[in-house]
Amino acid sequence: MSNENNDKGLLSWIDERFPLTKLWEEHISKYYAPKNFNFWYFFGSLNLLVLILQIVTGIFLTMHYKPNGAEAFISVEHIMRDVDWGWLIRYLHSTGASAFFIVVYLHMFRGLMYGSYQKPRELIWLFGMFIFLALMAEAFMGYLLPWGQMSFWGAQVIISLFGAIPIIGDDLTLWIRGDFVISDATLNRFFALHVIAVPLVLIMLVVMHIIALHEVGSNNPEGIEIKKYKDVNGVPLDGIPFHPYYTVKDIVGVVVFLILFCGVVFFMPEMGGYFLEYANFIPANPFKTPEHIAPVWYFTPFYAILRAVPHKLSGVLAMFGAIAVLFLLPWIDRGKVHSIRYRANSFRWLLVMLVISFIGLGYLGALPSTELRTFFARIFSLGYFGFFLGIWWISKNEKTKPVPERIL
Amino acid sequence: MEKTLIVMVGLLLPLMGFTAGGGVSFPNDDITIDWDDKASMQRGARTFVNYCMGCHEASYSRYNRVGSDLEIDDFQVVENLIFTTDKNGDKTKVGALMTNNMSADYAAQAFGITPPDLSLIARSRGVDWLYNYLRGFYVDESRPFGMNNGVFSKVGMPHVLAEMQGYQVPKIAMRLDDNGEQHEVIVGFDIVKPGTLSKSEFDQTIHDLVGFLDYVSENYRQTRQNVGTFVIIFLFLFLILAYFLKKEFWKDIN
Repeated sequence: MSNENNDKGLLSWIDERFPLTKLWEEHISKYYAPKNFNFWYFFGSLNLLVLILQIVTGIFLTMHYKPNGAEAFISVEHIMRDVDWGWLIRYLHSTGASAFFIVVYLHMFRGLMYGSYQKPRELIWLFGMFIFLALMAEAFMGYLLPWGQMSFWGAQVIISLFGAIPIIGDDLTLWIRGDFVISDATLNRFFALHVIAVPLVLIMLVVMHIIALHEVGSNNPEGIEIKKYKDVNGVPLDGIPFHPYYTVKDIVGVVVFLILFCGVVFFMPEMGGYFLEYANFIPANPFKTPEHIAPVWYFTPFYAILRAVPHKLSGVLAMFGAIAVLFLLPWIDRGKVHSIRYRANSFRWLLVMLVISFIGLGYLGALPSTELRTFFARIFSLGYFGFFLGIWWISKNEKTKPVPERIL
Repeated sequence: MEKTLIVMVGLLLPLMGFTAGGGVSFPNDDITIDWDDKASMQRGARTFVNYCMGCHEASYSRYNRVGSDLEIDDFQVVENLIFTTDKNGDKTKVGALMTNNMSADYAAQAFGITPPDLSLIARSRGVDWLYNYLRGFYVDESRPFGMNNGVFSKVGMPHVLAEMQGYQVPKIAMRLDDNGEQHEVIVGFDIVKPGTLSKSEFDQTIHDLVGFLDYVSENYRQTRQNVGTFVIIFLFLFLILAYFLKKEFWKDIN
């Protein structure tokens, strides 16, 4: 008997009881992905990498962190100074949070460029949007935990937004905080939600996102359905098995990502005050409002939209609307052609407008507002919402270029 | 097509230039902290325990960690850096956190505000700010302690280092602000009563002290950078391997 036979014996023993080989083949070794994935297709697997990184580092952080108003800030410094490699675990987690959003935003942008949200991938996009929403909740609640000045006052500002809702607003904010101000009660429940509830939801959504993706198959930069042309075995002619082709390719992407990521972790973990805000090195003080309260960079585009609207409730609605409208994108875009390569020029300009507006809003949202900045924030807000209106408008009778039948 | 898109965005982004208004404070010099200059940091530690720790703490930092990082042995730390006692009245142990015995209530009564913990002050304020702030005290009889500060107006802290720096008065000039209004600004200081140190000696003392505060704000920074260098080198080597592995597998894909 050779080892190989023993292994096969074990595998078939498992396969009779659990579909291990079936799952492996369906999702990895016989999942046929288009052969023309480019740079933008690294970000899906990078998201998975960062998710796992956040979960693992998070587990180690909870071993030393104290979710308690009197001890939270000290316990984080204790992790940084007295726990072996604690500084590394914490910087991986704090940098991972920002990296997550960078990778998610690029992943979403890829979807916009190549029409990955269009039929038949609407559900993939929806699951993805719910992941984005859960991720924002996760990041927001996680940011309170270090219990610094920005943790405290950032949460104060954002939770108070719910107070703008008519009738139930005040009771709602009270219910969220569990107290009349941000306090130990808030910290404790945010800890529970950040560590257990939201991660569970996130993982479930990620699984559904991937199941839906593997059901319909991946889109690609050409926006061509590879399943149209299959060989006698039912394998798409322009498809290649995910493993080994994309696993080895993704390793390259992962290493390049890690070089950049570790550059930040080891050499500039504060990232100029964007990843770790300077004011957050001061313990939370309910009696002393910081001069300038800004959310972390990944929320600033939405925060800028909030501030651009003069009326509080309308501002809150605009901010949530900016996220909600993304959910509707598969139905807003009535176009039949997926990829930017074959869509009308007007689509390209709309996408440029969206990117500039989004980056502009992100930049402005981090700064104290002035008249000039508010003016620009309004322009960019119009640009942001204008993208969706524009897409709806142009996609009805879009002048597209002929799409090839096959990937060359 | 996607490249054109990136170029278009890249061309349009610089159009959005915004300038931020700068604050008026004096002095406003920049310093660079040399993390390998242990002698400077040792002098800074000495100034810190002698002049700052009566009221401030560095309560996230431990004496013996400072000792091992700054190359001071435990015996010398106990002899030269620890001047406090613990709860039982015994001399503070070498592995203890750098705290003092001033109660928060007393401090708040004495100064109007509890003196902040200084473990992280270099990370929240930045080293330049600290360097300027500590050299920016000037005579102002309208203040409770008779001193004001050119960087932190109406600060509650007295001029603790006056015996070294001496006393100085500001040179005032009128300047236009962004809105076109005239404002008095400090443009320099005149020493009216010299201290024990010359200006350059005092500047060096503050430089050392700020260096120590910078160290104590992130005492693992050198480990972080050393480990990081190896990690990055490893990743680059791994990248070469990963690249050729990918190339080998993809040979048969057109």
